Amino acid sequence: MIEVKNLTKRYGTHTAVDNISFSVKEGEIIGFLGPNGAGKSTTMNILTGYLSSSDGVVTVNGHDILTDANAAKASIGYLPELPPLYPDMTVREYLNFMYDLKKCKLPRAQHIEEICRVVKLEGVFGRLIKNLSKGYRQRVGIAQALIGNPPVLILDEPTVGLDPMQIIEIRSLIKSLGKYHTVILSSHILPEVEAVCDRLVIINGGKIVADATPEELTRQYSSSHHLTARIAGAEESVTDLIAKIRGVKKVTSLGSKEPGSFDYLIEQVDGADVRAELFNRLATRKWPLLSLKTADRTLEDIFTSLIQAPSLAAGTKGGNRK
Amino acid sequence: MIAVFKREFKAMFTGPIAYFVWALLFFFAGLFFYNDNVLYQSTSMAGVFSILYTVSLLLVIPILSMRLFADDRRNKTDQALLTAPVSLTGVVMGKYLAALVVFALGISITLILAVVMAMFGATPAWASILGNWLGLLLLGGNLIAAGLFFSTLTESQFIAALCTFAFSYVLMMLDGLAALFSSATWLATAVEFVSVNIRYNAFVAGQISVGNVLYFLSMQALFLFLAVRVLDSRKWK
Repeated sequence: MIEVKNLTKRYGTHTAVDNISFSVKEGEIIGFLGPNGAGKSTTMNILTGYLSSSDGVVTVNGHDILTDANAAKASIGYLPELPPLYPDMTVREYLNFMYDLKKCKLPRAQHIEEICRVVKLEGVFGRLIKNLSKGYRQRVGIAQALIGNPPVLILDEPTVGLDPMQIIEIRSLIKSLGKYHTVILSSHILPEVEAVCDRLVIINGGKIVADATPEELTRQYSSSHHLTARIAGAEESVTDLIAKIRGVKKVTSLGSKEPGSFDYLIEQVDGADVRAELFNRLATRKWPLLSLKTADRTLEDIFTSLIQAPSLAAGTKGGNRK
Repeated sequence: MIAVFKREFKAMFTGPIAYFVWALLFFFAGLFFYNDNVLYQSTSMAGVFSILYTVSLLLVIPILSMRLFADDRRNKTDQALLTAPVSLTGVVMGKYLAALVVFALGISITLILAVVMAMFGATPAWASILGNWLGLLLLGGNLIAAGLFFSTLTESQFIAALCTFAFSYVLMMLDGLAALFSSATWLATAVEFVSVNIRYNAFVAGQISVGNVLYFLSMQALFLFLAVRVLDSRKWK
């Protein structure tokens, strides 16, 4: 659906986007993740044809954004970082204007009404945009992107500045949109993309530092497999029992956090999975297992380490030079 | 183009601009009509057109054209316009025509005044009036195109208006300026070649020549083309 090849954008001597390539399949929701100033918005502006790249090729729905711009633009709904709203128009006037501007052919009244229902705008349909709250403006921005039912949606930080309730609403909205659209959404908040996206593209300093599903990322970047367990029973005898299970490297008691039980950190040998054996042994001794969690490195940890080491990523690349 | 035209035209009326511009034109047209034509019983509307020429160039057109693109850039709505499947030429033409229509309707007060005059039994000099109206419209369109071009260069409406004002002022004064250097005949020739006033005066005299109409139309096309280039080049910087 979207192909980005060797995309580079230079502002004078500063390189905002540095030779990035990725592709998005139909129906995927991609999270474009990175700290502020990583090049997310620049990339999105290039994908939508608002900016031109210094180098590289972008095709959307089979159309090159430079040579076949109008066809490419017609297949994209774009919500920029700041929703492009005219404050002096009502929501109705604005959406009708965008309908005309995008040369939409769908039945007008029905189409706009449906979009308003999807993004919950019915209540403010006749209000002036300048009088709307930030959350509603953001929704008008999303509504405008949906006009014409484009196959690709590009949403630049769609939940920024919203309250927690609105964030949840917008997230579930995006998730439902993903059923019928290919979505690229950017964010600098990890849980957001984790909750919504099929795949993450992490960008830092204008370079892609990771491109994988959340599961792949977790697997790839967490080396040790740790478990935490809460078990009711005497501390010492439980520790002994766990230590005897094959595949357990080390067990440490974390103390009592709930009356009558103790928490344990269990380190496993690489590739081992002791959970079933642990459960069985505890069951025979009638020591109830109250909780069992994997204590892998969270995605958050991985993300933080990825974006904190831009020089590392650049360094390895440079090291390949012969 | 039509979508942009409709929005822009409407925006002139949801904001104060169209009303302000029309108020200026109607006030000065009315004042001079009363003085020249009512008090002095003249059928010549030269005075009315002369004041509209000055008011248009120095006030009306800078105000009318200043927000065309500067405002979109400040509101970031240019992102909607430039990522929509429409050509830049379409966007520019839509905005240009919206301003031009507001201006055309404003100066058409002169035609109403002429009709009023005719209703009271006087015979207005129609050829001169229509020539004046057309000349003012073409000159106005010219400067609106220039103003639109200046508006693409800045986020500030004020600076855009100031540039248009300065440009209009220079155009008005160009002939006089050249006359100061009467020894340099090449300068006079050059000024004569680009002079707006010489051509405008032909319209004032009721002479409508194809060459002069083409001159104004090509100037407009030039500025609109430049505006498109500026908008396009912004992608590349």
